Amino acid sequence: MLIRTLAVLLLCSASAHAQTEIQWWHSMGGALGEKVNDIAAKFNASQKDYKLVPVYKGQYPESMTAAIAAFRAGNAPHILQVFEVGTATMMAAKGAVVPVAKVMADAGEPFDPKAYLPTVAGYYTDLKGNMLSFPFNSSSALFYTNDDVLKKAGIAAPKTWKEVRAAADKLKAAGQQCVYTTAWPSWVHIENFSAWHNVPIGTKQNGMGGFDTQFTINTPLHVRHLAMLGEMAKKGQFTYAGRTNQGDAKFTSGECPLFTGSASAQAAIKKSAKFHWTAHFLPYHDDVKAAPQNSIIGGASLWVMGGKKPVDYKGVAKFFAFLSRPEVQMDFHTSTGYVPVTLAAYQLTKKSGFYEQNPGAEITIKELTNKAPTENSKGLRFGNFVQGREVIEEEMEAVFAGRKEAKAALDDAVKRGNEILRKFEATARN
Amino acid sequence: MEKRVVFRSAWLPYALLAPQIAITIVFFFVPAGQAAWYSFQLQDAFGLRSEFVGLQNFEALFASPQYLQSFRTTAVFSVLVAGCGIAIALLLATMADRVLRGALAYRTLLIWPYAVAPAVAGVLWAFLFAPSIGIVTYFLRRFGVDWNWIIHGDQAMLLIVIASVWKQISYNFLFFLAGLQSIPRSLIEAAAIDGAGPARRFWTIVFPLLSPTTFFLLVVNIVYAFFDTFGVIDATTQGGPATDTQILVYKVYYDGVKAADLGGSSAQSVILMIIVIVLTALQFRFVEKKVQY
Repeated sequence: MLIRTLAVLLLCSASAHAQTEIQWWHSMGGALGEKVNDIAAKFNASQKDYKLVPVYKGQYPESMTAAIAAFRAGNAPHILQVFEVGTATMMAAKGAVVPVAKVMADAGEPFDPKAYLPTVAGYYTDLKGNMLSFPFNSSSALFYTNDDVLKKAGIAAPKTWKEVRAAADKLKAAGQQCVYTTAWPSWVHIENFSAWHNVPIGTKQNGMGGFDTQFTINTPLHVRHLAMLGEMAKKGQFTYAGRTNQGDAKFTSGECPLFTGSASAQAAIKKSAKFHWTAHFLPYHDDVKAAPQNSIIGGASLWVMGGKKPVDYKGVAKFFAFLSRPEVQMDFHTSTGYVPVTLAAYQLTKKSGFYEQNPGAEITIKELTNKAPTENSKGLRFGNFVQGREVIEEEMEAVFAGRKEAKAALDDAVKRGNEILRKFEATARN
Repeated sequence: MEKRVVFRSAWLPYALLAPQIAITIVFFFVPAGQAAWYSFQLQDAFGLRSEFVGLQNFEALFASPQYLQSFRTTAVFSVLVAGCGIAIALLLATMADRVLRGALAYRTLLIWPYAVAPAVAGVLWAFLFAPSIGIVTYFLRRFGVDWNWIIHGDQAMLLIVIASVWKQISYNFLFFLAGLQSIPRSLIEAAAIDGAGPARRFWTIVFPLLSPTTFFLLVVNIVYAFFDTFGVIDATTQGGPATDTQILVYKVYYDGVKAADLGGSSAQSVILMIIVIVLTALQFRFVEKKVQY
């Protein structure tokens, strides 16, 4: 009898201490990584059953490769942070991933997809309205101006591309070495450009409607825009900086007074820019009727990997519910500059008066929600877009270097991009 | 008189060889075989579905003008890297061989860069030549040179060649120096007495006697340019601008590791494997004939 009681007691205490570990692989380095650890610590303190273990696995492509290798070897993490261009690849991997909507429903966690910012959640939602992955860190593309330089030249901040060009002419004439630069050329000048002007990037609702999509980025509007950038480059008004965020430094150092880049560049600019600056909506072509529409996001979402125990998924669902709490979102939003993913968190931040002190923090949300998103501005979903974006950037570079006409470059980008899409379609279908 | 070790036991020699063979099989033959197998397949990133597609991956590659262009880029790049690397190292080695005082210090300094990892070498040179903040860029601009390798393909190529050569010179230098020091002084002195000038002595005596070393270095440097330089490229140009510095091995890495396109990447590595086998065979068949051991 005594032994039996002891055994029961032992069992009880064992189960009380047995926490289920949830592995979370992410790509947030430096200060952002500390924030991730902070979120995990708060989640772990908020309940006793699960222990969330965040692991930094290198930059986005590296952590995705690591997770794919781990999945093939049968020990993938529970949660994987994947950048937005990897969305179609993850989505097509049925069996390797579990849709977030299903994880939440199975665990019985309250979950309302309408509570999330439409332009943010829409990017990661299928056509039936099921959220596939949990939007974690989202930003958008913004236009930055060095106000000291503009003031000296007597120029108001440009709103349209026509005004940007007029400002560039003036600044160049005044002896400004570098006038305009950009980060993320494809994301800003093709992807966001298309959404902002309400024109499609690809057929089938930018690929969201199916894998049999084709790129449509060689329309007259796209050609005209790229030709304009090529011409500006030739005149020395546009300095190309590179395919990722190399342009940030050119603006922050004061070298180039006009700059388009990610909203997430604000933290670094705030820290090191020695001049007055403002973040604005992206410029647009004012003869395009629909412009400006709304911009699209960049960033990453959290995917739930398949093949785990049901109890593990309960923990994942608990974590996502925790992550959706307005106060958690507000903390993440205000400390990192990424947009809050729920409307409630946005309202809470508004009420707190944060935006009065940091007007730059709200502009991203305003730009993303400028109008109700259309089929062209909800987001995009192209298979193997890591390669696809590279192809687009290669062709853009040929135009910036003055070696190719904009029309030929975009025709080639469409042709080469479609080959990648067809290959992906073949792997996704069989 | 060749010395031969004779084993009495039937299994002992195999047992002694086993670790080396095991390593070769596990780390070389198995991955190479796997790459060959994947190259005939179409696979999604997670390996959930795979389909045998025959030569489709290869057909797609050879139908792509960018891939064919990448052959030319690779050829230019490896000829430049191997050629410059060997020529400069030979020059440095002949100079260092003549130095009487402080020879050790010179040699140590020349060998130094070999200890630097390729990626670090790339970053180092990328800093020096950085389009807006690089110190070399600053001086070039004074001479009216518009230096911006982010946009000018030939400059990007020059940058990765410089970084790769710089990294490899030490290795070449070591071998040349050893080769030079093994050339009997008496030969050179005899030629000098016969009235041969330094240039003639170099081309008729030193260079032919160095030919085994040069040949060895040619093979090693070509293989280096083909395979080991992707760290330099990844840290600097990443294949750009456009596709101007996209050499074959970088494309293999990018497609396989970053873009998770295993079939395409495997097909490329099979092609690369064949090229290097053919190239090495050719070198041994034709260039080696001219080598005097």
